Order: sequence, then C-alpha cells, then structure tokens
Amino acid sequence: MAEIRSLHDAVADLIHDGDTVAMEGFTHLIPFAAAHEIIRQGITDLTLARMTPDVIYDQLIGAGLVKKLIFSWGGNPGVGSLHRFRDAVENGWPRPLELDEHSHAGMANRYVAGASKLPFAVLRGYRGSDIPGRTDTVSTVTCPFTGEKLAAVAALNPDVTVIHAQQADRAGNVQLWGLTGVQKEAALAASRVLVTVEEIVDTLEPRPGGVVLPTWVLDAVAHVPGGAHPSYATGYSVRDNAFYQAWDPIARDREAFTQWIETHVRGAGSAARTTEGANA
Amino acid sequence: MSEAPAPETEFTRDELMEVNAARALAGAKTCFVGIGLPSTAANLARNTVNPGLVLIYESGTIGSKPTALPLSIGDGELAETADAVVPVPEMFNYWLQGGRIDVGFLGAAQVDRYANINTTVVNRGEGKPEGRLPGAGGAPEIASNCGRVLMVLRHSTRNFVRALDFVTTLGHGAGPKDRAALGMPGAGPTAVITDLGVLRPDPATAELVLTELHPGVTVEQVRAATGWELRVADQVGTTAPPTAEELAALRALKAAGKR
Repeated sequence: MAEIRSLHDAVADLIHDGDTVAMEGFTHLIPFAAAHEIIRQGITDLTLARMTPDVIYDQLIGAGLVKKLIFSWGGNPGVGSLHRFRDAVENGWPRPLELDEHSHAGMANRYVAGASKLPFAVLRGYRGSDIPGRTDTVSTVTCPFTGEKLAAVAALNPDVTVIHAQQADRAGNVQLWGLTGVQKEAALAASRVLVTVEEIVDTLEPRPGGVVLPTWVLDAVAHVPGGAHPSYATGYSVRDNAFYQAWDPIARDREAFTQWIETHVRGAGSAARTTEGANA
Repeated sequence: MSEAPAPETEFTRDELMEVNAARALAGAKTCFVGIGLPSTAANLARNTVNPGLVLIYESGTIGSKPTALPLSIGDGELAETADAVVPVPEMFNYWLQGGRIDVGFLGAAQVDRYANINTTVVNRGEGKPEGRLPGAGGAPEIASNCGRVLMVLRHSTRNFVRALDFVTTLGHGAGPKDRAALGMPGAGPTAVITDLGVLRPDPATAELVLTELHPGVTVEQVRAATGWELRVADQVGTTAPPTAEELAALRALKAAGKR
C-alpha cells in the first residue's frame, strides 16, 4: 500500500546509494522534482535507467551522482545535445559514466520483460546494427516454432521506479493520462515505486486512455504540484519549451551548470516545498 | 524576427530540402515521424501534397494533426490532436513491428553510400575521445520494419562519409541483398533528400546515386559535399521550384512553431 508522504521522506526511505533507479515519462510527466530531491540528499553511485535521459538525467549526471546509464536516446529533444551527459562520457567529468545502450524498441521490451517477471523479451530488432557489440544485454534467440532468429533483450528490473502522475486518491491509487509512455511497465518491473502527483483528489474519475496503478503496487505517493516542470502534465501544465532551449547554454558550461544546481536545486527556496505535502 | 519574410519567389536551400522531403510523402498512408527535419517534412506534406497522411510519433501518438511544428516528439499538441494515443511498448511492438506503417522518415548525423546511419559515436581523431551523439532512439527498428524509409539531412562531407564510425541503423548494408539476408521486412531507404538534391539507391548495387538536383545546384557542388566518389545518374533531373503555396504553408508552420 502506498503511503502519502512528503517527497523528502519518500526519497530518503526508498532510494539508496548504489540503487538502479528508473525515472520514466516519455517527454510528458517527467519526475523532475524527485530528481532534484535526490540531488539535495546527495544519493549517489546510482545506475539510472530511462529511454530518453532528457534534461532530468543531464542534471543528475552533472551533479556527479551517476555511475552508469541505461538508455536509448540521449539528447535534449528538439534542441541538441545533453552537454553534461556528453562531458561525462567523453571526458569523465565529474566522474566516468558507464553506458548500457539500446534502441527504443529494445528498452521498451526490457521493461515489458521486467514487468512480466520474465528473464528476457524478444523482438525483431537491432538487425545489422553495431549496438549489440557494445552491450551484454542484447543477444539472439531462435524461435522454437519457425526457426527465425530474433533479438533477445534482458529484463530490466529497477530497484526503484519513480514516476509523476496527474492524480492520486487518499488511499494512494494513482491515475495518469495523455502520453503514458512506458510508466506502467517501469513501475511493475521495480521492487519499489514512488509516484509524485499534481493533485490528491477524493475520487479518481476514469480518463480515456488513462493508466491506473492501484495503491497496493506502490510504496509512496507525494503531492508535488508542478513536479514535472519543465516537462508537463496534461490537464495541468504545458511543456516549457523555452526552458529546454535555455538549458543548452547552461549545461554547455561546467561553471554555469554548477551554479544553476546550487541556485535552483540546492537553494533553500527549492527545498522548502518538498517537506510539505504529506497532509495535502 | 524583424526581417521581412522572403517573397514566395525566393527560397533558401533548407526550404528546397523541406519542400522536396514533403513531396516524397505523396501517396503514403502512414508515416513514422522522426523529430526535426522529418517532422517538418511530414507536417508540410499534410498541409500540401497529402492531407490525409497519418502522422505517427514514437511518443505514442497515431494520427497527430498539429497546427504548429512541435519542438519535441512529445509536445502536448501531438497527443491532443491524435486519433489514438498508445503506450510506448505497444507503439513499437504492435504498430511498428506489426508492419502497420508505410514510411519511416529519419534524419541522421552520418550516412554512408549505402544509406547506413550513424547516430551513436564519431571518431574525432588521434588522442581525442570519441564524440558522443544521442544514440539510436527508434531508428534501427523504424528502418527495419517500415515499408520503406525516407531520409532528410543537410549535405556536407561531415554528414556524407566514406565509412561510418559506427553503424547504428542499417540502410542497405553493403549491397542489395543484405537486408533480406538479415530478415529485415521493409524495403529500406528509397530516397535521401538533402539541401542540394536527391539521392536514390541503384537497384543493382544499392549504392546511392544522385538522381536530382535542386534548381541552381551543380553536380560538382554535390560531389564536393560528399565524402565518397559519388555516382551520378546518366540523366540527372532538376526538382521543380517550390510553389507559392508550398512556401506559404512551410513558413506558416514554422512561424506557428515559434509562438
């Protein structure tokens, strides 16, 4: 059963040094506020999984908390490079970053296998690509019925999955809608699940295409309005494209990045709201 | 932007590329759209040569009808205007791998003479670390499983290289039989549209051949911008200049995207 807790306490209890953590949300509903809480608490030596690392992982990587990244597309969508990711891979700053790299289809299926509690998933993928030569989580299986050779991808079972959703009820049942990405699979693949939400409501009303995660598959719900900014939450906010564009020059420069994290993440004002919310 | 818009009898190299990329979608039913130039082309096609084109974005949207060019593949308008929004595993497994999509439209950082693509790492020379690119995204399976593939990218020796530093996504491998030997269902790249002209694979060798030049571009310019000895068709055509309607639609999409 999910307890409704403050973001500070939920992160402190559920996410530990050395964990494999998936913070999912395909462009939409990216749990930025939870990532910032990880930075404030200095939880480190993390292996991070995410299809599109996005600015959220650029920030965690630049903050020096990440030893390994499992991913399939590492750019700033529509803008360009993730400069903190590139600096870590190319120059080892602020620490070397080990990579386990896939295609989107492969990553999505790794979560499907993880949620299904199967050791691997099969797909018609990676054909002719050099990617399998750089990872030990892609292999080949022969179909026992047709003899076709298919790609096999190892299940991905994070220690913790963190997602952001629009609503929870007071019992901790959660609903998200709009682009629902790979969040259901990432949540059901994990040992522990933390959900931050825009709003806590008396009753969840079913939404077209909505994904409901019952309280008994979750560990904690934290009320964090705006917790997906600069990504967005359909029905509550729009994507802050200007922030994504403004991130480029900040992340390009180590000093500017470090200053930004000090001011906007570690700064006193940003920390205050995360200790509220347990009784919202 | 304070400068006056160019009149619709004048156009840039990029606009030539974008208009011709949109034209390449005439007749297609469904298109899996990469972000950036492919998205510009696919949205322009919906407003010009192919109003019924079904745009599919990897974020899970099927039948998106945005009025402005999206910045990312997950902008809200793509979902709000879609016929259906599906989860990401479903998109890749049921729709793409299921063979439901006619055309995959891709960009690329590096492409070779067989339209193989690198978006992973580039060699920057002795003593320097490998240059890191974003990685594969959806491209390997888009290129494998769509009925055919169109590519759009600017033409330079930096992009059109003799040998790829890494094969992220297979185009035609090293010849016309390689895709079939690997069990790839789709026909692979059928055209590469650039700011200088259009390249298409020779059916006999699968090697890209310059088949069309944009107005005002010479074969020598294209050769100089290509990192291998580019083959040129016996009869090189010239693409039709953009029409006033095409340019107006393209500029309106871009202007709306900046709002």
